[in-house]
Amino acid sequence: MPRDAAARALGADRVAEAITAEAARRGVAVQVIRTGSRGMVWLEPLVEVDVGGVRHGFGPMVPDAVAQVFDGGPLALGPVEALPWMAGQTRVTFARVGVVDPLSLEDYRAQGGLVGLTRALAMAPADVVAEVTASGLRGRGGAGFPTGIKWQTVAGAPGARKYIVCNADEGDSGTFADRMLMEGDPFSLIEGMAIAGIAVGATKGYVYLRSEYPDAIAMMQAAVRVARGAGVLGASVLGTGPAFDIDIRVGAGAYVCGEETSLLNSLEGKRGVVRAKPPLPALEGLFGKPTVVNNVLTLGTVPMILADGGAAYAAHGVGRSKGTMPLQIAGNVARGGLYEVPFGITLGQVIDIAGGTATGRPVKAVQVGGPLGAYFPPSLFDTPLTYEDFAAAGGLIGHGGIVVFDDSADMARQARFAFEFCAIESCGKCTPCRIGAVRGVETIDRLIAGDVAAAPLVRDLCATMKAGSLCALGGFTPYPVLSALDHFPDDFLPLREAAE
Amino acid sequence: MTMTPAGRATLDPPAMEVLQGILAAHREMEGSLLPILHAVQGAFGHVPAAALPVIAADLNISRAEVHGVVTFYHDFRDAPAGRHVVKLCRAEACQAMGADRLAAEVQARLGLGWGDTAADGSVTLDPVFCLGLCACGPAALVDGQPVGRATAEGLVAMVGGGA
Repeated sequence: MPRDAAARALGADRVAEAITAEAARRGVAVQVIRTGSRGMVWLEPLVEVDVGGVRHGFGPMVPDAVAQVFDGGPLALGPVEALPWMAGQTRVTFARVGVVDPLSLEDYRAQGGLVGLTRALAMAPADVVAEVTASGLRGRGGAGFPTGIKWQTVAGAPGARKYIVCNADEGDSGTFADRMLMEGDPFSLIEGMAIAGIAVGATKGYVYLRSEYPDAIAMMQAAVRVARGAGVLGASVLGTGPAFDIDIRVGAGAYVCGEETSLLNSLEGKRGVVRAKPPLPALEGLFGKPTVVNNVLTLGTVPMILADGGAAYAAHGVGRSKGTMPLQIAGNVARGGLYEVPFGITLGQVIDIAGGTATGRPVKAVQVGGPLGAYFPPSLFDTPLTYEDFAAAGGLIGHGGIVVFDDSADMARQARFAFEFCAIESCGKCTPCRIGAVRGVETIDRLIAGDVAAAPLVRDLCATMKAGSLCALGGFTPYPVLSALDHFPDDFLPLREAAE
Repeated sequence: MTMTPAGRATLDPPAMEVLQGILAAHREMEGSLLPILHAVQGAFGHVPAAALPVIAADLNISRAEVHGVVTFYHDFRDAPAGRHVVKLCRAEACQAMGADRLAAEVQARLGLGWGDTAADGSVTLDPVFCLGLCACGPAALVDGQPVGRATAEGLVAMVGGGA
């Protein structure tokens, strides 16, 4: 029975109470364990019953139907692992999510947890870095920078004090993989951070977690306490290693703090404004010290890489996009949720998996990679999900969020929203972003109002923002804007008239 | 809160004691300003202007610096919120499921714009950009509790509103 925020948002707490009450009424002894979510959000709340070691699913469950959990009925789904959504995946990062009790270290160990950390403790730090490099793991936050190379830079940087910072400021709309991992398998992140600490010689880690995720904050704080109590963290990792400890820090509602340098400023207690690079955070990061800044999924994947070896991870995926990507299928879809697959699946296949739109209307556009990602039209649905193919198609994978829109979407309005969002969330440090976003809203409004001369101005502005902004907020806002203009000109009245 | 002759608000003694307790609890922490501000807002429901010079003095930074941080982040309030707080997602995945229409309806029913608090102090309506509930939108957070596939009727009922 999940306690994931999405399951709770759909009534999981009331269902759990109803099951306990129904069991008491029947005089049946049941143990209700609150797990993470399997990621099949359209089936939440999804109740699973362990029958001879096989999990049988019932969902989407409502309090009035809990008798079906005991007697069977139309909501019975059969073995959960055999459902097409589960069977089609390659679960590496999310192997334990929805399976284990998130705060049980015994469960974690029983499912392969702490094997990677134990192995890392027996290795030379340079070999730990080499293993991660061999896996081909790239930063899952969006930039896709090779993790091993980042670690090597920090390991080689002089400094008496170094830091591991986990970027858990998952602000992109349509993304929730970090949240699900932290709520469903928090120890994997803790273990990954400890391995990173050993590899680069850092003794202190911070998780910067957004305030919009109250359930994940509570779970991570509880998990860190459990890990400290069991000696996984503390003065000596697992009783034999160096010191490593983790603090959970809560953000304060600024999207830009997902950018690594503004995140570091925020952690230091400052306004979350972006820093110019260089210096790289790997050399001068938190409090000016060498710092690894990695995303939740990146660090959460590290334990598996150390346990099974870098080559095992690199065997998944295609080309330079190695391993798996936990995709988040969201927006107007019949079946939404988390779907982890090797790189290389096409956008069209993802939409088929999602079963089309929730409204039953045709798909008009798909935004990939959050509010700074491009809108893809159906003609580009054969694009394979790899870093390289998406860049070539004028888009980005980002953090793996895929938001589907039906044909009622107005792409001119979406383009305007991209500028509006950038104006609200701009940190104000650089002019192209701070001023450009405001001018962008005004110019798009002129275009929508019928001024065809505004179109080249929007493009010019986008070129300036793309080339001149300090970070991805201003630099990537042109992606949704230009893709809307290029692929959906019919939604901009004057462009349609000009074409006719 | 009382006013000094200069017109600047100061904290009354019990509030000052609470603030001093928060500052003392964070003295060993590096980069402590955000945790302090979260704790202050947790204790007072907002970050009182009168607390800023006290925090600044304790951290040995300028008042302007503290003011800059407080005003940079959307979460910190300069006045208390209503008894209920509704955070309604405005981001793209929820837009794809009709978040704009839902927002207009909730605003009309509550008679509130973004960031407004009802005159009787019953409810505050805040925009939020993504709650990570993108596969069950439109989403909201009501008094910290997640709500998926939100409707105007459901949200208004949760905050005790009729009609």
